[in-house]
Amino acid sequence: MTTPSKTLYRKLVDSHTVAVLDAQNVLLFCDLHLMNEYTSPQAFAGLHDKDRGVLVPGQNVAVVSHIIPTHAPSPISNLRVIADPSSALQATNLKANCDRHGIPMFDTNDALQGIEHVVAPEHGMIRPGMVVICGDSHTTTYGALGALGFGIGTSEVEHVLATQTLVYRLAQDMRLRVDGRLPMGTTAKDLILMIISRIGAQGARGYVVEFCGEAIHALSVEARFTLCNMAVEAGARGALIAPDPTAIDYVLQRAPDIAAHWRESASAHWATLFSDAEANFEVEHVFNAVEVAPFVTWGTSPDQAIPITGRIPRLEALTDTVQRQSAEQALRYTALLADQPLEGVPVQHVFIGSCTNARIEDLREVVKVVGNSKVAAGVRAMVVPGSGAVKVQAEQEGIAAQLLAAGFEWRQPGCSMCLAMNDDVLAPGQRCASTTSRNFEGRQGRGAITHLMSPAMAAAAAITGYITDVRQLTHTI
Amino acid sequence: MNAQASNPINASNAVNQTITGRAAALAIANLDTDQIIPKQFLRGIDKAGLAPGLFYDLRFDGTGQVRPDFVLNQSAFAGVDVLIAGPNFGCGSSREHAVWGMQQFGFKAVIASSYGEIFYSNAMNNTLMLVMLPEEQVQALMAQANTAAAPLAVEIDVQHLQVRCGDLTLPFTLSARHRRMFLDGLDVIGASLTYRAQIESFAQQHWAAQPWARDVARITRERLSAV
Repeated sequence: MTTPSKTLYRKLVDSHTVAVLDAQNVLLFCDLHLMNEYTSPQAFAGLHDKDRGVLVPGQNVAVVSHIIPTHAPSPISNLRVIADPSSALQATNLKANCDRHGIPMFDTNDALQGIEHVVAPEHGMIRPGMVVICGDSHTTTYGALGALGFGIGTSEVEHVLATQTLVYRLAQDMRLRVDGRLPMGTTAKDLILMIISRIGAQGARGYVVEFCGEAIHALSVEARFTLCNMAVEAGARGALIAPDPTAIDYVLQRAPDIAAHWRESASAHWATLFSDAEANFEVEHVFNAVEVAPFVTWGTSPDQAIPITGRIPRLEALTDTVQRQSAEQALRYTALLADQPLEGVPVQHVFIGSCTNARIEDLREVVKVVGNSKVAAGVRAMVVPGSGAVKVQAEQEGIAAQLLAAGFEWRQPGCSMCLAMNDDVLAPGQRCASTTSRNFEGRQGRGAITHLMSPAMAAAAAITGYITDVRQLTHTI
Repeated sequence: MNAQASNPINASNAVNQTITGRAAALAIANLDTDQIIPKQFLRGIDKAGLAPGLFYDLRFDGTGQVRPDFVLNQSAFAGVDVLIAGPNFGCGSSREHAVWGMQQFGFKAVIASSYGEIFYSNAMNNTLMLVMLPEEQVQALMAQANTAAAPLAVEIDVQHLQVRCGDLTLPFTLSARHRRMFLDGLDVIGASLTYRAQIESFAQQHWAAQPWARDVARITRERLSAV
C-alpha cells in the first residue's frame, strides 16, 4: 500500500482533523488562537450568555493592538492612556475576559505589547505544523513558518473559545512558484504586490497558496511574513511556505522550551512538512523574480499596482468591464490619470508600520535609504514599530535616533494608521506612501489616498517628498 | 469549564424557506468590509448600533450630508431587503460587524458572483443569505434593477435554491451544511460541543505526538513574564 501524495496544506488539515463533518467540512483542531480587543468582545459575550467556558485557555492569547494610541506615554504616569472612552472600554473588557478565563495576555502597558502578528512569532509562539487562527484577516502571515494561519470572524472566535476547534470548509490548493532571485533594491513586498497585480484581488479566492521556488527560500523569515501576510489581498484563505532550515532556526532561537526538550523530535516532525512530489495543485502560477521592480499601488485595491518604472494602465487596455469601471472609480478617488507614471507624485504623509512591514529588518531597510538625509519639507513621516520588542531593538541599534534626527516621528507600537482605528487618521485629500497592506477607499482616513509600497520605497518618498524609485537614490547602493 | 451542550437545533435562528424582498443594485467591484462598515463604528463591545455606519462614506459626504445620488438614499429604495453587488463583495478585513451592520440596516440577502472568504463564513454564521450567481446573471439583474422605476422584486428560495425575479428563475448552489443552517437554525457551537469527548481525546494524542504545541501561549507568556 502506498501513501497517497499530499500537499503541505492537506497534511496540516489532516493532522488537525478531529472529525469529518461532511464532504466539504471538517472539525479542525486549532493550536493557537490569537485575539484582539475589537473582534473578540462579542464572542466572549456570546459565550457568557450561554454559560459556556473556554475549553483550553493556554492555547489562546490576546494582544491589545488595533485601538491603542501610538503617541508618547503620559509624562506624569509614564503609561500609555487610551483617551477615547469606547476604545478604553474595549481594552479593559479584553483584560477582564482574559482574567476571567485564565487566558494569557499582552495588555496596553505591557512592555511587549504590539501588533498581534508581530508579537506572536517574535516570541516563538508560532511553530511549524500548527494551525493558528485569529479574528483578523492577516493571520495568513504564519504560513511563513509552515503554520496554517487564517482569519476568522467573531462567531468563529466564540466557537474556538468554546471548543478549541473550528468548523472548517476545505480550500483548494494553489502553488505560486517564483524562480530566480529578487533583483537588488527589491523586496518581498514588491514581489507580493507584483503577484497580486497579476492574479488579481480575488485571484486566489478559495485557495490556500503555497509559495515555493528559489526566490522564496532565499528570503529571510521576516520577508516571508510580508509575503504570506498579503496573500489574503489576493483573496487566499491561507498561505504556506514549507519550513526549511531558515524557518526552523528562527523558531528554535525564539522557543527555548523546544530547544531544551524537543529539538530532535520537533525537527524530525517539521522535516515532513512539505508537499509531496506527486501532490496535486488545482492551479499553479510561475513567476520570474527577475521581473520584480519596486511596485506601488495607484488605485483603491491592492491589485491596482505597477512597477515604479511603469505607467498606470490606459483604460482602453482594460477589456474587462468590471475591471475598467473599478479603475475609473479608483482614479477618481486617487486623483490620478490613466497612463500617468507614479514617479514624481508628491506625498504629504509617509507611514511605516503594520503587520506587513514593521519588523526590525524593515526598519533597517528604512535607515539604509535615509542615510544622512532629512524628511522633505511638508511631509509628515511616522514610524510605528510592530511591537515593544522591535522598538527596543531599533533603539539599541541606533535606528530610532537616526530616524528622529532625520525628522521622522518615532512612535509607540500598534496597528495605527494601517486601519486608522486609533487617533492616527489622515485628513481628506492627503496622499500617503504607506508600507501597509490595504489601499481601500477611506482606509487610512476618509478621502485619504494610500499608495502601498515597500519600506525602502516609503523611505525614499519621505526624503524626496514624492513617490520615486529607491534604486535611483545613489547613496543607497 | 461548562460541559453542557445545548440543543444543536435551535429553531429560533431559522429563517423562512423563502426570502422575499425588494432589491437595489450597487455596482462596485471588490467592495471591502472597510467600506461596508468603517473603523469608527467598530468601537463597541456588543453588536448593537451598527446600522448608522453601514456604507457610511457612500451614504454621506465629508460634512455628514446625505449623498442624494447614492442608491440607498433614494426614497424608492428605502428599506430594500436585497443588495445586488459587484464581484468579491466583502473582501478585506475579517470584521463581522459588516454582516451585523447589513442585517441591522435591513438586508436579508446579497446577490453577487463572489464574496470575500471570511465575510462569506461570517454571513452564513449569522444567516445573512449570500447568493452566488454567474457574473453575467448578476449584471442582468443589475441592469433590470437600474432601469426599473421601482425596486426589483426578488424571491430567494432556500429550499429549492432558486432566485426568482420576474420571468427569470436562476438556480444557485449552497453547501448542504449552510442550507441546513438557514432552514433549521443550527447552533454551530452547540453541535460542535457534542464532539467534546472526541476533541479532548484528539488533543491528548496530538500533544503526545507534538508536545511543543501544547499550552504554547501560557508557557510563552510565563517565560516572558519571568524575565
